[in-house]
Amino acid sequence: MPTVLAVTENRTGVLRKVSFEVITAARQLADLLGATVDAIVLSDGAVSGSDELGKWGADRVLLATHPDFHLYQPDGFAATLAAAATGHVAVLFPATATGRDLAPRVAARLGVGCATDVVGIGAEGGKVLVTRPVYAGKVLQRVRLEGSPAIVSLRPNTVPQTESGKAGTAVKFDVPAFTARVTVKEIKAPAQATLDVTEAPIVVSGGRGLKDPSNFKLLEELAAALGTAAVGASRAVVDAGWREHGDQVGQTGKTVSPSLYFAVGISGAIQHLAGMRTAKTIVAINRDKDAPIFKVADYGIVGDLFEVVPRLTEEIRKLRAES
Amino acid sequence: MKIAVCLKRVPDTTTKISIAADGKSIEEGGVKFIPNPYDEFALEEAIKLKETAGAGETVVVSLGGDVAQETIRTALAMGIDRGVLLQSPGSADGLEVAKALATELKAGGFDLILFGKMAVDDYNHQVGVMTAELMGLPCITAVAHLKVSGGTVEAEREIEGGIEVSSCSLPAVLTCDKGLNTPRLPALKGIMAAKKKPLEVKPVSLGAGSLTVQSLQLPPERPAGRIVGEGPDAVVELVRLLRSEAKVI
Repeated sequence: MPTVLAVTENRTGVLRKVSFEVITAARQLADLLGATVDAIVLSDGAVSGSDELGKWGADRVLLATHPDFHLYQPDGFAATLAAAATGHVAVLFPATATGRDLAPRVAARLGVGCATDVVGIGAEGGKVLVTRPVYAGKVLQRVRLEGSPAIVSLRPNTVPQTESGKAGTAVKFDVPAFTARVTVKEIKAPAQATLDVTEAPIVVSGGRGLKDPSNFKLLEELAAALGTAAVGASRAVVDAGWREHGDQVGQTGKTVSPSLYFAVGISGAIQHLAGMRTAKTIVAINRDKDAPIFKVADYGIVGDLFEVVPRLTEEIRKLRAES
Repeated sequence: MKIAVCLKRVPDTTTKISIAADGKSIEEGGVKFIPNPYDEFALEEAIKLKETAGAGETVVVSLGGDVAQETIRTALAMGIDRGVLLQSPGSADGLEVAKALATELKAGGFDLILFGKMAVDDYNHQVGVMTAELMGLPCITAVAHLKVSGGTVEAEREIEGGIEVSSCSLPAVLTCDKGLNTPRLPALKGIMAAKKKPLEVKPVSLGAGSLTVQSLQLPPERPAGRIVGEGPDAVVELVRLLRSEAKVI
């Protein structure tokens, strides 16, 4: 029986949420192909939750354990996955910083192409078909993967994790010998632990309309009131040095697909729209009623953000207190 | 220090994209093309590293049609020493592009090979790291902070919720992210000098690859939204809509 390999991601022993999304997508693809699902966990020891991956659709869970796998080990992970993927019909990675680094390495080692950052996955005549945004989401590209295995990375937040209740039987997978050409020495946490805009279910982004970097405090307060929300930024304010590049949403920044996106004081340049148009619900707050952002927004408020945002934060807090 | 930079010609990020009659490519007429913005960080870093070293050579390699010569000239105007055009219509399969680049770069004896972390047209994030794999070289992707000294590279890259610090030895392949540096604009003197710098054109033919583009489509238009109201008084209604209609809070 053909098998789809789902590559999970953990950080120091804890599985990251995107892992469940990748297993869910692998399950859906496997069902179309009449295949089973192997989920693989790469680590230097026990990873909590790896015994529960059957819940998301893994028939087997391959445990690839190696003392060098405390942090990401590009060459070791690539060697292990190239070995694990041989004979599989497809391999699904998360399109995270790690997955984007790793998927092409495995593809190159196996001599097949790789479709990165896909937002839709299906099958036709036994071949894997994917949809991926190109030109920063201005265009959707449909690609058929002719190689075996089909190597795909899945953009976070595009396939909601869904329970399907499979066995998730643990199987030890032997890590092959590898040459570590790159060493990851440490992960420095940012000054304050923040949620990444690509993975947050809610993103509150600000633009030039905020007038001063210190005013992003208003957005941070709104994000805090909303709960699991990240603060994003337009290119204009990143280029002005007000916010980190990692927060930039748009064509030369990140493409995000949260369930709720707030564009505050952002006019809506074409390259910004390209980065957030796949959000489920878009709210725009801008004083210019003709700003292009209102064309893509589901809900808009025309007004002074310095009046609207604090009020919004207050109302959200009230709502949270009630529920 | 001998440094190669791989460069791609891409449509300007501010360009409106329309799909060509074949349904599989974009309409290029009227589109302004620019050097891939992430590749500009690679070009700047190469020029800076050579300046710091005080000796060496920088080479720009681009795979593309004849028109990519213009893009290469832009890199030469910034200060890169010479250019190579691998003349080809390209491929949807990044691995085929990586094979052609690896073949060209293998003989060059480069200490460092730099790419942008991705091209803003196809969003592949893969040609740099694939090229490294094919050449058997260490590779660190999406580098936003870099220190090269004594044959060793120390690099930082952004990952979700943190900064990953990696090291490797030269020769190495790095892909560059925004934040690494501020690319210089070509000065008039550089533009004049670029005209006389060597630019070698080598036709290459790529394999068929294993990815077939079936179609390009414009994403579905978002349904027309509405203005909830003006000023802070509209907030209560907005929160109600987010709660009961959109069901997102």
